[in-house]
Amino acid sequence: MKIPQRFERFACIALLLGLWELLCAAGAVSPVLIPPPHRIVQAMLELLLNGLPAGHLLHRHCLESLLRVAVGFAAALAAGLPLGLVLGRSERLRNLCTPVIELLRPIPPLAWIPLAILWFGIGLQSAAFIIFLGCFFPIVLNTVSGVVTVDGILIDAARVCGADDRRIFTRVLLPAAWPSVCTGMRIGLGIGWMTLVAAEFTGVKSGYGLGYMIMTARDIQRPDYVLAGMALIGVVGFFLDVLLQRLQQRIVATRTPRSH
Amino acid sequence: MSLEIASLCKSFPKDDPAGTVEVLSDISLTIEAGSFVSIIGPSGCGKSTLLRLIAGLATPTSGSIDLDGVRISGVSEKTGFVFQSYALFPWLNVADNIAFPLAMKNASKQQRRARALDYVERFGLRGFEGSFPAELSGGMQQRVAIARSLIDNAEVLLMDEPFGALDSQTRSRMQQFLLEVWQQTRCTVLLITHNIDEAVFLGQRVVCLTQRPARVGDDILIESPYPRDVTSDEFNVYRRRVLKFLDREHAAGLRDKPPC
Repeated sequence: MKIPQRFERFACIALLLGLWELLCAAGAVSPVLIPPPHRIVQAMLELLLNGLPAGHLLHRHCLESLLRVAVGFAAALAAGLPLGLVLGRSERLRNLCTPVIELLRPIPPLAWIPLAILWFGIGLQSAAFIIFLGCFFPIVLNTVSGVVTVDGILIDAARVCGADDRRIFTRVLLPAAWPSVCTGMRIGLGIGWMTLVAAEFTGVKSGYGLGYMIMTARDIQRPDYVLAGMALIGVVGFFLDVLLQRLQQRIVATRTPRSH
Repeated sequence: MSLEIASLCKSFPKDDPAGTVEVLSDISLTIEAGSFVSIIGPSGCGKSTLLRLIAGLATPTSGSIDLDGVRISGVSEKTGFVFQSYALFPWLNVADNIAFPLAMKNASKQQRRARALDYVERFGLRGFEGSFPAELSGGMQQRVAIARSLIDNAEVLLMDEPFGALDSQTRSRMQQFLLEVWQQTRCTVLLITHNIDEAVFLGQRVVCLTQRPARVGDDILIESPYPRDVTSDEFNVYRRRVLKFLDREHAAGLRDKPPC
């Protein structure tokens, strides 16, 4: 049997789900510990229609989480991109700042939670701060490496065309480093989305958020709801990455020589 | 525009603390407005450094360069520069690359478009105005680069081995093309090359630089009218003279330096 190529990558997922379902049906694993896939789908429908806690519907959980990630990511981009451009351009500043960055970078965003709550209280700001920490470093470091590898001849070319320092940044360094910046954004958004659950550990005022929902499900001992929440985080994360990947491919495509 | 180079010296700091590398040593040249001068010399002798100094991309250690009697300090909008590696901006299409110097002067979009399309037409690039550099052949990329260097009414065209990366047929077509451009615009052209035929075929004058530190070793007036016949006896006489000079310099270089 021939499987069309675009369905090929789903084949493995389907196979795993089938196996999982079978093992559960055969009684090999306890449905209390690992609910079968059809229970998770059912749970997702319940979450969508009834909500958890009651009335707090799934799509609102998802949107609130996306909002937190968007705020954290946007802040990381707003701070990380200019910093990366400047550090990429000046070797001196790079030498000064790199140790600080490398010291802060390995600290897991989770470890910042007590301080985040102390500084920002409970709510959007502390959650966004945790996500910011996850996104920030990949954006800065990839921007720096993008700028460092810009061909110096392009900067000379811009200068003889009359570009001042500001325009060298905006018209040469930024577009030249853009593919690398995109990589940073992809990694950053991936990590940011992953720190979401941790970020919502700081507590949410609104009573919405996928991480918050998962913790509520844990409290009432519903592993099917927990897995439904995890599955949705996985799917949304996947599509966020696809989105940025598309953006990057479109940019890189114009710069790759085509065979004549 | 005329060009007056007086006692120009340029040294670069060396890695070891012992001192500096002298690249240009006491270069004086007077170049008449509207003339075409080829500059030739052994590889690594400092030809490119000379051109970068004239372009204002680097500052001389001592000596001076005057454009129409005005001392240059930094990049002048009256000079255009063409790099061997084209140095086009890979993220801009042909029209936007050509119009880049106008964008640096905040020209309106319509004005930029109109001027760029005029050059696209004159430079045989019609139909490619929306293409990206990676989609063009080497010869076409170099035509875009020449158009970009001239669009802002440059009166001095500095060319750093502009055809070095082209195959020999494209190269001779581009030489013809450059002569046409020069005769139309009447700008002053300084062309660096390591190709004897090219230097003699194009220049009204061939300036021969010595081994590093470079001095003016010979200054040959090529008095044959355009278009020149590369198979004529007269052409060969000039070629032989340049060749002899380069052979002598090469031998001197071998004597001074240990073989590598």
